[in-house]
Parts: sequence; structure tokens; C-alpha cells
Amino acid sequence: MQFFVSVIHDKANSGTDEEMAAIDAFNETLVAGGHWVFAGGLSDPATATVIDGREGPALFTDGPFVETKEFVAGFWVWEAADLDVALKLAAAGSKACNRRLEVRPFL
Amino acid sequence: MTVADAITRVHREQWAWIVATLTRRYGDLDIAEEAAAEAFAAAVEKWPADGVPPNPGAWLTTTASRKAIDRIRREGKRDDKQREALMLHDDTPPEPTGAIDDERLRLFFTCCHPALAPESRVALTLRMVGGLTVPEIARAFLVRETAMEQRITRAKAKIKANRIPYRVPSSEDLPVRLSGVLAVLFLVFNEGYLATGPGTDPVRQDLTAEAIRLTRLIRVLLPADGEVAGLLALMLLTEARHAARISATGELITLSEQDRGAWDTSLIAEGHRLVRERLASGVAPGRYQILAAINAVHTSARDLRDTDWSQIVALYDQLVRLDPSPIVALNRAIAVAELDGPEVALAAVDRLGDKLTAYHAFHATRADLLRRLGRSGDARSAYDQAIELAGNTAETAYLTRRRDQLVS
Repeated sequence: MQFFVSVIHDKANSGTDEEMAAIDAFNETLVAGGHWVFAGGLSDPATATVIDGREGPALFTDGPFVETKEFVAGFWVWEAADLDVALKLAAAGSKACNRRLEVRPFL
Repeated sequence: MTVADAITRVHREQWAWIVATLTRRYGDLDIAEEAAAEAFAAAVEKWPADGVPPNPGAWLTTTASRKAIDRIRREGKRDDKQREALMLHDDTPPEPTGAIDDERLRLFFTCCHPALAPESRVALTLRMVGGLTVPEIARAFLVRETAMEQRITRAKAKIKANRIPYRVPSSEDLPVRLSGVLAVLFLVFNEGYLATGPGTDPVRQDLTAEAIRLTRLIRVLLPADGEVAGLLALMLLTEARHAARISATGELITLSEQDRGAWDTSLIAEGHRLVRERLASGVAPGRYQILAAINAVHTSARDLRDTDWSQIVALYDQLVRLDPSPIVALNRAIAVAELDGPEVALAAVDRLGDKLTAYHAFHATRADLLRRLGRSGDARSAYDQAIELAGNTAETAYLTRRRDQLVS
């Protein structure tokens, strides 16, 4: 099964060189363990655009859908047999990127 | 034995085992629970006419299995993918387990998973392992039934969506899981020891026995852990007194009035052995070990006067340093009453009024101290409040008699 792993932080693109190196090393263990699916860092929420195309011509609104102090600054998608496996990876991942993580299963 | 007795007994002895077996077989806690409940409902309907089957546990497991398959087929029509997953699970051999292969222990560890909210872990354990109904659990935690139903449903959905594994953790993972697991065991034991609910037996020995059984299994997994030993000792020393705790008329008998000859000496001996073992270790005790030591002092005394109250107050002082909660302070005050008199104790209890006003034991303690000080009017209103808040039938009966015996 797959898990969506959000990196929670209050700044975008704020990783130090040290943190980036630790994340690279962690990512290598993900690949080696067969857990890697995808990952990416996200730009600041202020760069977001909300689109409502449900009725009539699409409506574009500037800014994030929800304004929060902390937000999803990046994410992984992992392949893991169960939550215990994902939690163990997340503990190491949280240490590597020096941020809190949220793990959520795909349907 | 009547059919109703037989059903009660098999429910007590086999509920957790049936839920555990079905969970392993069909890989879904919700299906397992519902099917087990339906099987018991079928027994209630059929056994009075057909008689109790020769092997009630097997009858219930077979019936529950059939109900589970019915549901999987029914839902499979809507969702082929899920049916496939469930049927596939059916053929899978049991997951590899840790040192102990006990179905109920796996069920228990799943219910106590750290990804679940603490209050959900206890509720789920009482439902799945303890076999309590949702209304009984709601009553035990003073929440509305619908809220408790929601809490349990949410926890089951989380287990399913995340595939929280159905297994005993490896020895490497066990230590981090421990404190949460012990907290749940302690709460299950307490719910058995002081069962809540108007239609409930005052003592649910099925629950105390299950809590002790599971704690023993945890001790086999972690024989060197002080808190595991402490919790087991605490449970044994408490359980040892159960026969003396409730009168023939179903009334609670307090420690001071208990027939100490009715205490279970072998449980006491085992509890004392564990406490001595922990003292000899020289490692600073945690909360369960201190509580066990307090109970060891009580069970070493011939009567109330023979009790080493200064030792008990010293142990409570130690406990307050670890856990400065108002409930610990209340229990310390009860010991202080024996050492320094009810007036000193009452002053300490009254200081807790803001925090404990919704807790029946606070009012019961005040009532007793006021009675001992001859303040009948104040004692009466404190008893009234305690009776209103107490959920245990034996305790209510005791408090009522005490109130009615007050000289006005």
C-alpha cells in the first residue's frame, strides 16, 4: 500500500545544506528498501492559485485555499506494507529533514 | 446451569478469542466484531429452544464465520476489490509473531497501537478484548453512547485504512510500545474491579482476570522490566482481596471492615514476591511499583491498626513526586487521616475541591472524614453527592447505608 507523507513546516525551501544531505541519504535508503515512489519540495503557499471550475467558466483565486501558519512544505509517496513500516520510515525521515511529518494512507 | 448463564459464561471466556480468530481469518476488525456480536445474538435466540450445543465456543466461531462471509459477499457485490483483498487474506497463513503466539495478545496490541488516540485504545480494548458493549464503555468513561460509538468506529476505520498490523511487536519495538500498553491494562483492570453501570455486577472478574492474564504474557515478553512486574503485583494484591470486598448483599466492604481471612494468600504471596524482587533490584521504582508497594504494606497488616501508615504516606509522597495529580493527592490524604487524624486529612481534601468536584471518590472521602469528625449534616450532603456520581452498584449501596446511619 502507499502512504502520502507531508513535511510540515512554516517556511518553504528552507532546508540547510546539512539537512539536504541528510534527506539525500535517507532517500537512498528508501530506494534501496523498495519504498521510494515519489517526492518533492513545494514552493511557498503564497504562490498557490485556487481554481473552481465546477460551474461555468473557471474561477481563479490567488493564494492558498487555507491560510495556516504551518503548511505542507514538501512530501513523499512511499510504498510500505503497513503503518508500522511507514512509521519507522517516518521516524527516520523526520530526523533526516529535521521537520515534523504527517503520514496518511491512500485509499 | 441455565441457558442464560451458559451464554454469559461463554461470552466471558470466548468473546476475545472469537474476535481474534475472525480478525486473523478475515483481516478486518470491524467484520470480526460485528460477526461475533451477531453469533452471540443468534445463540440468545436459538439456544433456549435447541439447547446449549456440546461445544459452545465452536458453535459460535462457526456461526460468526458464516456471518462474516455473508457480509463480505454482500459488500463484495459493491466493491470487488475489497472482496478480493479480504478473500486473499483468508488464505494467508497467520502473520509471524513475536515471542508469544497468543491470538488475544495480538488483538490487544492492535487495539493499543500508538497511532490511535489514548482514549480510543482503552475503548477499543474493552470492546474487542474485554467484550464490553458500547453503552457499558460509554458509562465507564462518562461520555455519551453516540460519542463512544463514533470513537470506536473511527479507531476501527483508522486501523483498516492504515493497515495497522495484527501482530505482537518485535522485541526491538516492544519497549516503546510499553507504557501505553500498561496504561490500557491498568484501566481494563480498574473497570473490572470497580465496574460501572446500574445493571452490571459490581466486580467484573472476567475483566480483572483478562487484565492479569495479558499482563502475565507481557511479563514473559519483558521479564526484566520493573513497571511490568509492578503492575502485575499491583493487580494480584488487589485481586487477592476481592472475595472480602463485596458483602453477601452486594455492598462494598471497605479495607477497614474486610475479613482479612478471606484474602487469597497465594495471590498475596506472589504479589509480595514481585515487590521484593523490585526492591532488591535497586532501580528507582515507577508509578506501578510504588502502588504495588502500597498494596504490599496493606496486605502485610493483620488489621487496620496494625498497618504501617507512615510507610504508606511515605510511599504516597514518592508517588506525588512522579505524578502530582489531584487523584494521587486524594489517596494520600486518606492515608494521612489514619496517621494524623481526619481533621488534617479533611483540610488536604478540601484543597482539591476545584479539580475533583465531578469525582465520586472525592465526595465519598469527604463524607467519611466529616462523619468521623461528627459533622453529620455536612457528611450527609457529601454522601448525597457521592451517591449521585458513583456508578458502581456495591459502592452506591455502601454509601447509602453509611448516609442512612448518620445520627442527625
